[in-house]
Amino acid sequence: MANFMTDSHRQFLQVLMSNGIIDAPEARRVHRLFCEQHKVYYAHEKLDEFVGVINTHLHPLFMEIRKGRSEDNGKMFYALVNLAITEATKLASDYAENELELFKKTMDLIVESESGYVSSTSILNLSDKLQSKKMKKKEVEQVLQMFVQDKWLSEKQGDYTLHTRCIMELDQYICEMYQDAKKCNICHSLAIQGQSCENCGIKMHLPCVAKYFESQPEPHCPHCNEVWPHETRDLVQPDSQLPSSTPRTTRRVSRSETK
Amino acid sequence: MSQKKKGRGLPRASTSGGGGGYDDSGASGPSTSGGGDGPSGSRETSGPSTSSGGGGLGFSQAHVEALAQALAQAGPSQAQKKPAKRTEAQIQQKVNELVQFLLVKDQKKVPIRRADMVKTVLQDYKDMASVIIERAGQTLEEVFGLQLTEIDRKHHAYILINKLERLEGDGMKADEGVAKMGLLMVILSLIFMKGNSARESLVWDVLKKLRVDPEKRHKTFGDVKKLVKDEFVRQKYLEYIRVPHSEPPEYEFLWGPRAAHETSKMQVLRFVAKIQNREPSSWVSQYNEALQDELASASASASASASSGN
Repeated sequence: MANFMTDSHRQFLQVLMSNGIIDAPEARRVHRLFCEQHKVYYAHEKLDEFVGVINTHLHPLFMEIRKGRSEDNGKMFYALVNLAITEATKLASDYAENELELFKKTMDLIVESESGYVSSTSILNLSDKLQSKKMKKKEVEQVLQMFVQDKWLSEKQGDYTLHTRCIMELDQYICEMYQDAKKCNICHSLAIQGQSCENCGIKMHLPCVAKYFESQPEPHCPHCNEVWPHETRDLVQPDSQLPSSTPRTTRRVSRSETK
Repeated sequence: MSQKKKGRGLPRASTSGGGGGYDDSGASGPSTSGGGDGPSGSRETSGPSTSSGGGGLGFSQAHVEALAQALAQAGPSQAQKKPAKRTEAQIQQKVNELVQFLLVKDQKKVPIRRADMVKTVLQDYKDMASVIIERAGQTLEEVFGLQLTEIDRKHHAYILINKLERLEGDGMKADEGVAKMGLLMVILSLIFMKGNSARESLVWDVLKKLRVDPEKRHKTFGDVKKLVKDEFVRQKYLEYIRVPHSEPPEYEFLWGPRAAHETSKMQVLRFVAKIQNREPSSWVSQYNEALQDELASASASASASASSGN
């Protein structure tokens, strides 16, 4: 068994390079499909071991398939991430310098925001604050579109947050770079989108909130016991962050995604 | 395209991996250092552990490097001929960086020149370019199922070819790239069925009949003429050349080298047969040509795998 790659591993990796991120059911589906196709050992509970084999080959190349939860719906995803990233500007050599600066500034706004969402208006206002090269508002709109298609940002009714794949790739960087970045009081991983306690300031992911307060008619902060000031029901909309099938532009992110 | 190709039978691919990497800076590069990689690599990685444990036995990596550097500084003229010896770890690092670079660059499907690899990644490892490129090719194939193929010997340009067969519902992203490949398949079919070249005007006529009007902006393809004449040509799927002796000049399309690597005449013929609901063998001359092509590539890949597999 051990450590060697078979065509089933390679094909699985290609799916991740092509999509960037897939949800766990899809990962399980293609895991089975490729193992059966190439007639190699298959057991449905061995997916993470299967991914582990791929990862031992990806690590020397500064890449990894990571498993993580969506902040939106709490569902599990698998994403191909780059480990060599020490600064966000390296996230894609395909982007122009001012586009990267726009991403960085957008990320600043998102991480520093209370809810994890930033309106498109605030991002458009960044257009003349770029130091590398100014952009027109129209251009900013297009670049934003590109960030969404390349799964760096996700958009909901004109508001933007970091895409699950982006968080999975950059969480460490974000925790190091932003003093304001908060971790979820329940699951202890980075929380971009979420609710905060108005008294003590702790933050919680929406799915974590929903789960934690599920059986509590009058929710109180798990940290300071103050009344929880937010809506705790119906927070999780199913399927809101599945990989979209929107048509892509010709631009692609530099993943291997390896794409 | 890549999804249509079969796993084996890529005639030129495997030969270029083995013997195609002649470098102008040092012809002895590939064979000598390529062969010596294994032993020297293992010796060097065990180096640090012995020196940290036992003390003065043998040279540590740092020692060797310092020595090499001192030598290089002492005689610059000699250093040009014999660059400082690199550790296996340093070389491996370059191999890994090159793999990343190739994966990024391949997304645009434009052939990647050796000169660009040297300029961006290899830099002062230029003298070892052939070895490093070959090893990067091995990694790409082993880990990603992609074959690094030299597509243009003159300019030393490389492309990545997917060695894995696409399956129904295999989860690969269906973006407009797939639609473009459909359009390309139509053009490749036309070229092959017309005796391996098709006049430009004919190609536009056929596309128009398929409601892809080259004069109008297409919803998916955008500027169709630009896609066919520029993008497909740049990606080496097609060649666009002037018909010899035509006056006023007329142009025709041929298959480009990437097309021959990613698909085959037989696959294209089967595609046409399926659309027309006929047997591939009912086109006698095309069928024979495709068959011959298939036999040639099968024997080429057999001899290549025999030689590379020891």
